[in-house]
Amino acid sequence: MSDIRVTGLGKAYKIYPSQWARLAEWILPFAGKRHETHWVLQDIDFELKPGEAVGIVGSNGAGKSTLLKMMAGTVRPSRGDIQIGGRVAALLELGMGFHPEFTGRQNVIMNGQLQGLSLEEIDDLMPQIEAFAEIGEYIDLPVRTYSSGMQMRLAFSVATAQRPDVLIVDEALSVGDSYFQHKSFERIRSFRKAGTTLLIVSHDRYAIQTVCDRAILLDKGRIRMQGEPVDVLDYYNALMAEREFETVKQATLADGRISTISGTGEVSIIDAQLLGEDGKPADSVQVGEHLRLVVKVRATSEVPRLVLGFMIKDRLGHCMYGINSHRLEAPLMDVKAGEGATYTFHFDAGLGKGSYAISLSLSREDSHIDKNYEWRDNALLFHVFNHGKENFVGCNWLDARLEVVRDERESCRA
Amino acid sequence: MSNTLAGALWRYRGFILGSVRREFQARYRNSLLGGTWAVLQPLAMIVVYTVIFAELMRARLPGMDSAYAYSIYLCSGLLTWGLFSEIVTRGQGVFLDNGNMIKKLNFPRICLPAIAVLNALVNFGITFAIFIAFLLLSGSFPGWVVFCAIPVLLVQIAFAAGLGIIAGVLNVFFRDVGQLIGIVLQFWFWFTPIVYSAATLPAPVQRLLSLNPMAPLIQSYQGIFLYGKVPQWAQLVPVTLVAIALCATGLMLFRRRAGEMVDEL
Repeated sequence: MSDIRVTGLGKAYKIYPSQWARLAEWILPFAGKRHETHWVLQDIDFELKPGEAVGIVGSNGAGKSTLLKMMAGTVRPSRGDIQIGGRVAALLELGMGFHPEFTGRQNVIMNGQLQGLSLEEIDDLMPQIEAFAEIGEYIDLPVRTYSSGMQMRLAFSVATAQRPDVLIVDEALSVGDSYFQHKSFERIRSFRKAGTTLLIVSHDRYAIQTVCDRAILLDKGRIRMQGEPVDVLDYYNALMAEREFETVKQATLADGRISTISGTGEVSIIDAQLLGEDGKPADSVQVGEHLRLVVKVRATSEVPRLVLGFMIKDRLGHCMYGINSHRLEAPLMDVKAGEGATYTFHFDAGLGKGSYAISLSLSREDSHIDKNYEWRDNALLFHVFNHGKENFVGCNWLDARLEVVRDERESCRA
Repeated sequence: MSNTLAGALWRYRGFILGSVRREFQARYRNSLLGGTWAVLQPLAMIVVYTVIFAELMRARLPGMDSAYAYSIYLCSGLLTWGLFSEIVTRGQGVFLDNGNMIKKLNFPRICLPAIAVLNALVNFGITFAIFIAFLLLSGSFPGWVVFCAIPVLLVQIAFAAGLGIIAGVLNVFFRDVGQLIGIVLQFWFWFTPIVYSAATLPAPVQRLLSLNPMAPLIQSYQGIFLYGKVPQWAQLVPVTLVAIALCATGLMLFRRRAGEMVDEL
């Protein structure tokens, strides 16, 4: 168990205009620099308490992998300091540095020895590693014959054969099939319970939300935001859609959730209300109640096409339902500057007990990735209570009916 | 500094020895004869040189009339040169070839050249054992003087390892080094009295040859195995100093560039 403390961490790569320039710099050390420094990570500061799980998100090239490599110790920081104690196990990309000509078993032994295990200890762990990887007879074939999924299965099994104090996982899990992903997340969760500190890079929103206590968003080599996974992921989502003129704003809502607003602002949401059956704004809703979502929008500049969408998310950020006017075949074409529109969605609250948030989006096409006028995460909040309906569990109200037929002859025979 | 490197090598000895064994196994994995090939290769070389030079071409060394004299002369130079060139060649590629591992695993990088040297030594050990067997069978075994080869070998290994590490580190940054080493080794081979005898050369060339640090090493082996002569230790002092200097330079270069090396792989 250990604290991890990262202070002022930065990584720069040297870029030489040509190999000759590098040679000149090497043999003429006093003639000055001939390279440009390209910073891929700068001013990274964060702390992890023992047993904490942190997810790192960010677009490609944001510096996530470089950060993890430095944490794992393979890449040397250009600046700053990393304090990390205990046994660190790292799964960096695919294959874990397996030697393609050696068999799986030999690679396991080699890896174990690199983790500082003795041959006897590796022998003891081997059956368990084999069983977890489930690659069968392939264990005695050279690794070059493995599929990428098999390599990853073996790599994960070796790296996690013993519970490490710190586990670093870079994207690796996305290679496996869903069965193995599930299995490896189970193992990660059990490590977490036992006190392992976890640092994970993933593009899988679900993975980060369910496993991590905290998320760090990296953007262009710097920490853009850290906090609750749901909030960070919403912000990241908004950032993904960011274009030249877009702005991103965040505000903290009454219940602590963060509302993120981003977009070009060519069209914006003026008012959004969730109305209950009584026609009044509703923040407490009965299971199955008929609801209306009324959204007023106005265009500040001319846009060729306009689509409004909404999405209901639960407390953990999982999407319950989402739809937009494109999919409902009602996009507005050629919207003039200054023109407004009012949308009313009708739906029934077929949801389980709990608190939910509605996110709204104004975009040109089906997806906000293409052109995002405005994206408003957690625009409205509401709670669902269950008074009138049967006492069910889960997040969907499926209105189950029951028929029971008793067969008394069967019981007589018994 | 050498303390920490030596400490790392000791702590990871299991990995180093395991890797040497695994590489040896992997080489003969899918072959029917397996490890036998490790013996057949050098055996074939000794037979070829003995048959072609000693029997067919009737090559003779001045002052020696044994049928095997030239063959022994040739082998004592060729086999030890083979060790030298294998260490340098392996060293030159050791970081580039293991780039995958270096990028993904955290371990002392100095293990890699150590593995390369040990692998070369394993091959040399087999070859050398066959050579000794050949000496015994042909009745040309020079006696206990063969143990004088051990310090000579140590100097040679240090010389080769120093050169190999320097080439290995440089090769990561300048791929030209790998190409260059191949060419240099070829010229160097012919510039060393292995196939020919230095005594047959004109005096100016002989003086030039004395600048070659490999020449006194190879000549020591030839003296030991062919003539049963104890090496002239004084002649080995310069090459020993060069070997130490190369090792120190190699380790310094390695220490200074190890971090940057990962960025280049």
